[in-house]
Amino acid sequence: MAEPCAVIGIGQTKHRESRRDLSIPGLVRDAALRALQDADMTWKDIDSIVIGTAPDMFEGVMTPELWLSDALGAAGKPMFRVHTAGSVGGSTAVVAAHLIQGGVHEKVLTLAFEKQSESNAMWALSPAIPFQPQLVAGAGGYFAPLMRSYIRRADAHPDTGCMVAVKDRQHGLLNPNAHLHLDQTLEQVKASPMLWDPIRYSETCPSSDGAVAMVLVSEKHAGRVKNPAWVKGTSVRTERTFFAGRDQVNPAAGKLCAKDVYDEAGIRNPLKEIDCAEVYVPFSWFEPMWLENLGFAEQGEGWKMTMEGKTKIGGEMPWNMSGGVMCTNPIGASGMLRFAESARQVRGTAERHQVDGAKVALGHAYGGGSQFFAMWIVSSER
Amino acid sequence: MRDVAIVSFSQLPSVKAIDATDEPELVQPVTSDAMKQLGLTQDDIGFTCSGSTDYLPGRPFSFVAAVDGLKAWPPIRESHVEMDGAFALYEAWVRLMHGDIDTALVFSFGKSSLGPVPDILNLQNDPYYVQPLGLDSISAAALQAQAMIDAGKATERDFAEVVARSRMNAIDNPNAHIKGDFSVDEMLEEPYISSPLRKSFCSPLSDSAAAIVLAVEDRARELVKRPAWIRGIDHRTEPHALGQRDLTTSPSSKLAAEKAGLVQGKVDLAELHAPFAHQELILREAMGLGDEVSVNPSGGALAANSLMTAGLIRFGEAASRILSGDAGRALAHTTNGVCLQHNLVAILEGE
Repeated sequence: MAEPCAVIGIGQTKHRESRRDLSIPGLVRDAALRALQDADMTWKDIDSIVIGTAPDMFEGVMTPELWLSDALGAAGKPMFRVHTAGSVGGSTAVVAAHLIQGGVHEKVLTLAFEKQSESNAMWALSPAIPFQPQLVAGAGGYFAPLMRSYIRRADAHPDTGCMVAVKDRQHGLLNPNAHLHLDQTLEQVKASPMLWDPIRYSETCPSSDGAVAMVLVSEKHAGRVKNPAWVKGTSVRTERTFFAGRDQVNPAAGKLCAKDVYDEAGIRNPLKEIDCAEVYVPFSWFEPMWLENLGFAEQGEGWKMTMEGKTKIGGEMPWNMSGGVMCTNPIGASGMLRFAESARQVRGTAERHQVDGAKVALGHAYGGGSQFFAMWIVSSER
Repeated sequence: MRDVAIVSFSQLPSVKAIDATDEPELVQPVTSDAMKQLGLTQDDIGFTCSGSTDYLPGRPFSFVAAVDGLKAWPPIRESHVEMDGAFALYEAWVRLMHGDIDTALVFSFGKSSLGPVPDILNLQNDPYYVQPLGLDSISAAALQAQAMIDAGKATERDFAEVVARSRMNAIDNPNAHIKGDFSVDEMLEEPYISSPLRKSFCSPLSDSAAAIVLAVEDRARELVKRPAWIRGIDHRTEPHALGQRDLTTSPSSKLAAEKAGLVQGKVDLAELHAPFAHQELILREAMGLGDEVSVNPSGGALAANSLMTAGLIRFGEAASRILSGDAGRALAHTTNGVCLQHNLVAILEGE
């Protein structure tokens, strides 16, 4: 029933620790203009705008999309704001795709941003909530015990996390937009300070300023470019926070979300039928955890794929060719960057970090304490 | 496009403060009631979407906790907007167009009692140039009201008459926060809060939560006798800077109403989300709603205004009158941002 939807324009800022040269409106406008240029469009061509960022408190502006409407040529148009924790960039792209697939609009500009240099994410994420124990150490402190649990369950090689960091940073060297360009050896990563066991400093993502935008269109307009990326499956899934039945190491919401997009795209064996994936890995150990959660490896086997180099560009299943969240993390935009980079791969426009002949790719985002998931599958074929 | 209808509505009575409740405790009663009216449970719902703002509880990702008020297990298809719940309804309507699911649950919650709302709303302004001026929401609305007076479009007495009618309408509404027979002359004696706005010309600040269930085509007809069909729904935004707009008009609500199909037939009633009395006059003029249209039979936002929930309640109030058979065709409206920057309009109709 759904109308076909294609990505025909992708733009992103150069991501840096601090883009002092751009205000927040400047940041979103920079990404949006690049996406419009890529789609061979102008502001006038756009029917509707869907924007995501999370949470508003980082930059101290409430519902910032209202303020950003001027920078995005939104006057007279529908401008919609999505907010779903760290998965927001992915959820935002999913809403934009649904506007096309549902026949509501034909040409949608979607974008996501974060200017972390104007905030302090770790402390903004560590409030004292009445009657709850305070999570004083940011996201790393929350996730470290889950990684220890993963290592115990899978009897994983202790170097796996460091291998992910080295691999993603090598990929990031191929991506001029990436925030971190670090040529690190395994020994250097292993020698970096331990922050939250098993997470070392070099196994964490940076705090970045950045924005990303995409132009999504109906079939009628897909011919504007010769290489559209077709949206073949979308899903968002959420599970409860306080529930004893949860398995936060291998969350049910992630498994179900992956099943949704594979079913919609007609994929039975992701390892064989998907060519590459951009997956939200903000701390190194999430790569093996998500390899299993998303069905690319049997339970307990994900770390072996990493250790054997299968997730490198040129390997059996390249993951995070752009360098991923480990190289670039403007939080509200990180999810959409995964979606956009997956679309670049199937469009064949990923330049130096292109996977040869990529036809089908997965974009993935998650948020909160692994309760929120958003994913899509894109393909070079309609 | 598939036909989508509102099939149930539930709200907590709007009051000054609902003390000692967290997000799940606000959300659970209204969501379960909206589903129970139809004999449904969360397992029957295809998509769930909510609207709220982190700036009321004063912490990031406060909506995460609200999910614990639902039976989100096994994991559900769920999303959230940092806007009024009426915009969550819009996202759910879009999701239902996809064709794979037939029902959606929409909810929102807002505890205005947790902080100084007019000052908090200053944070919606440009952070570099306007926020430092301390332009709270009442002062911004006062600029708009004064612009109406200066343009000869309304007088303070007109504002007072809107309030008197709204709060009189609210007498029959058990969920309204402020209601009764308010004298126009007495209101005009009140001191100014921010000239030309007096206390009664501003909405109260309320705590509440609300939920709506949407269903598609035959599924809607199975669930209720007379679904409130969404014939059209659209939202539009305007430039942000107040100086870039004519504050006495609302081109975005005019355009949204046109796109939603207002011109295709007269409406019996309109539930308008106007947190300040003069804004009702602006919206009526923009959408061309004459005296034959019953505006805010529930009392509107001037009788109860829970931030991020008052808009969804407009949709619920309009739909209930169709579900009950009291109205044939209705308009529901929600606003977002300073001085009516962003507006959402839907046309609802019985079979």
